[in-house]
Amino acid sequence: MTTSPTRHDSYLSLKGIQKRFGGADGFTALRHIDLDVREGELLCFLGPSGCGKTTLLRIIAGLESQTAGTILQAGRDISTLPPMERDYGIVFQSYALFPNLTVADNVAYGLVNRRMPREQRRARVAELLTLVGLPERGAQYPSQLSGGQQQRVAIARALATSPGLLLLDEPLSALDARVRVRLRSEIRALQQRLNITTILVTHDQEEALSMADRIVVMNQGAIEQIGTPAQIYQRPATPFAADFVGKTNMLPATVDSDGHLRLGERRLQCIAPPGCCTDDTVQIFFRPEDVCVRGCDQQGENVLDATVDKIEFLGAFSRLTLKLADGAGASAPLYADLSLNDMHELRPSAGDPLRLAIPADRLRVFRQP
Amino acid sequence: MSLLLSKATVPPVPPLPPVPSTPPVPPLSPSAARGIAFGAVRTHWTDRIAHALLWAAALALLCFVLAPIVMILAKSVQNRDGTLAGIAHFRTYLATPALWHSVWNSVWVSTLATAITVPLAFTFAYALTRSRIGAKGLLRNLALIPLLAPSLLAAISFIFWFGNQGLLKPYMGELQIYGPLGVVGALVFATFPHALMILITALSLTDAQLYEAADALGTSTVRKFFTITVPAARYGLVSAAMVVFTYAISDFGIPKVIGGNFHMLATDIYKLVIGMQDFSQGAVVALMLLVPVLVTYCIDARVQRRQMAQMSARSVPYVPRRSRRFDLAMAAFCWLVAALMVAVMGMAIYASFVKLWPYNFSLSLNHYRVGLVEGGVVASWFNSLKLALACALIGPVFIFTTAYLLEKTRGLPWLRGFVRLMAVLPMGVPGLVLGLGYILFFVPAANPLNVLYQTLGILVLVTIVHYYASCHLTAVTALKQLDGEFEAVSASLKVPFYTTFLRVTVPACLPAIVEISRYLFINAMTTVSAVVFLYGTDTKLASVEIVNLDESGDIGPAAAMATLVVLTCASACLAYHGLQRWLERRTQAWRGADERD
Repeated sequence: MTTSPTRHDSYLSLKGIQKRFGGADGFTALRHIDLDVREGELLCFLGPSGCGKTTLLRIIAGLESQTAGTILQAGRDISTLPPMERDYGIVFQSYALFPNLTVADNVAYGLVNRRMPREQRRARVAELLTLVGLPERGAQYPSQLSGGQQQRVAIARALATSPGLLLLDEPLSALDARVRVRLRSEIRALQQRLNITTILVTHDQEEALSMADRIVVMNQGAIEQIGTPAQIYQRPATPFAADFVGKTNMLPATVDSDGHLRLGERRLQCIAPPGCCTDDTVQIFFRPEDVCVRGCDQQGENVLDATVDKIEFLGAFSRLTLKLADGAGASAPLYADLSLNDMHELRPSAGDPLRLAIPADRLRVFRQP
Repeated sequence: MSLLLSKATVPPVPPLPPVPSTPPVPPLSPSAARGIAFGAVRTHWTDRIAHALLWAAALALLCFVLAPIVMILAKSVQNRDGTLAGIAHFRTYLATPALWHSVWNSVWVSTLATAITVPLAFTFAYALTRSRIGAKGLLRNLALIPLLAPSLLAAISFIFWFGNQGLLKPYMGELQIYGPLGVVGALVFATFPHALMILITALSLTDAQLYEAADALGTSTVRKFFTITVPAARYGLVSAAMVVFTYAISDFGIPKVIGGNFHMLATDIYKLVIGMQDFSQGAVVALMLLVPVLVTYCIDARVQRRQMAQMSARSVPYVPRRSRRFDLAMAAFCWLVAALMVAVMGMAIYASFVKLWPYNFSLSLNHYRVGLVEGGVVASWFNSLKLALACALIGPVFIFTTAYLLEKTRGLPWLRGFVRLMAVLPMGVPGLVLGLGYILFFVPAANPLNVLYQTLGILVLVTIVHYYASCHLTAVTALKQLDGEFEAVSASLKVPFYTTFLRVTVPACLPAIVEISRYLFINAMTTVSAVVFLYGTDTKLASVEIVNLDESGDIGPAAAMATLVVLTCASACLAYHGLQRWLERRTQAWRGADERD
């Protein structure tokens, strides 16, 4: 493998990738994507369908050609290389297992072409099948396996040739929920054990949060934010990132003359972002679980009065839909997640008044787009 | 259920929506269109092989599909010596009332045949799919019998039943079978199975849940029929009507044998080309035939495009409920139709063994021994067999490979468009017109391909081209059922496309490939129209020989030859059926629960 000086910070780097379909007035799928993928990390492209994440993956694989931009892999410019000359393994949503070949033959598919001696090949296949936890299944056909097992065979096949990069295109979305959750941790463990640089495309935020080292949140062909799962969740950079990942409260607020924000009548312990003028409207954002409902007194910061509108029992917690008093937040509902302890203590029911507080350090402010 | 004839021909529409082999996935971004895109990414040398093959296929289709058709257009505005005649030939044509008469005859006879066949076939298909009658497999096979014979077998059989010396002649009074009556009757017999197959497919694609919903709303049976059944089958009905009409207007054997003095476009072309050697006028008449058929075909293609998949993965197949009176009526109808089919086919076979019709009804092999072997015409049966085998071997290889290159490789988008058009164009070209185009294209000595004329080679070519479109659609349907990412996965594993083609694609599509082979074999055995201008003295075919024997009054030997063709086709069907069963058993392990009937 080519060694390059930048190997450790960036194994794969995309510079100014653009993709347009159907000529000048066509549809722009990707606009100027810059991205560095670090060696050995699991990076996740997260976004709604049509955001361009799959297109970006296919461009990295050479299955789709970019309209502009360059791709470097391990210091090598692969921008115009055909798929066969690039170095990656890929797993598709459909797995694309060859139905007429046994599991072992599927896994060995790429090895046969390398003129690897038969014995060595057999050993490699056995090793890979053990790696993905299917050591006994080599003689079976894909149709005889469950969806989750097929998925693991597809991964074994992609890893067989020891590629430098593993591409996973919505690998779990065809599976049912229970299997999906189990495979998440299995894939993650495997990836960490092999320390293989991996890109995972998904529209499932839970999958992204639980598996990724870093997440790339994409929307309408552009990157909204790149960061660790914790950063993305706690400090979303844009309203889109905030809204797409996890449940959020997004309320309109106005800027006071001294730069503080005002939610209806209530002045908030929160400073407007730089560049805002008096009376500008901004969006304030906080998570439902950050809403504090116990021990908040009149003097505390960001105390608001509301009425309970609806209560939704969700197992480990309950989600309250609240209406703010004195017209604050206009008609937008406010969600608060209450633990079972909170519920026991407060015993709220629809129509009850409720006093709540939002800790200032949990508030994020976005300017109106 | 084992159906001997279940797939004797491939219906001219792709028969079933692709069955996804993996769970349905939500639609992805536009980029996720399957296959591999092409653009700034460099072309790998293995992809260049695919390009070279695609170019070769395009060139072959240019020579053997487009060029002959263009020659007809060119010839229609040329004089005998090749000088430009402009619209003179058309003017002559318009001024000839006899030819206009043929146009009118062709149109009304074909329309009448369509109006009779489609309702009959619809009722039959309805009985097979929506009633609880017994022996459905047998009934279906009996109804598909006509596919095993050249279309003119029905005409010959009609002559034995209703002709001047026919068994039923005494009861017919003034009625004459020679003429429109016989033509329409024989056309109904010959086109019935084609319409039936399309309608069975159309009727079996209805979601049972629609009927359950209607029942829950208290809908009457009649209303359900007109609001659920007919709308769901309407594309099939349109398609069946188009196929029957096209078949009827372009069939040549039937009016030739039983038409008498009743002239139709197809017989006119034959007379102009074979009898009078007037190619220019023949080309004009061919255009008169080509235009309505092409128009029909375009309408059909347009209508079919609007058809959305009616069966989703969530649909529940319809299971008919028992209803004594309805089932009884349906059984009576089906057995009546089946009996008629057997009567028509059986009469030709029986007559071929009758010593001297109508004087000596004792059975003998005279017509076979004297008429065929000693008459020296049995060689044509061998030629037909050779032709059928050649088509059955070469056709699937070329057709499937081309379809694969179209569907699964990347690059050369405009060339792909051309090949795709050429692959479906033959469906809109009647065999007689195609045959005439082949003469016009291959006979001139200036054409280096001239050496092919009157050889078995040109007969193989014209037959494959004539039946290309159905085979192509079958291949494409099979290919579309494969995962679209096989080629992408192979590329990521550094395996060239041709390895995957041979190791995965071909084995996975083998049933469809065998199906194409069978379809070509049967049609090569029975076709008359495309080959009637192209055979040489050494390459006479059995089906053509039937026409010639009939023309010279040897109707007994003609029946014997027809019987020989039927037997050959029936044996081939059995052999193919065995092959499919064997394949099924061998591939059962990996097909798993995958359904194959």
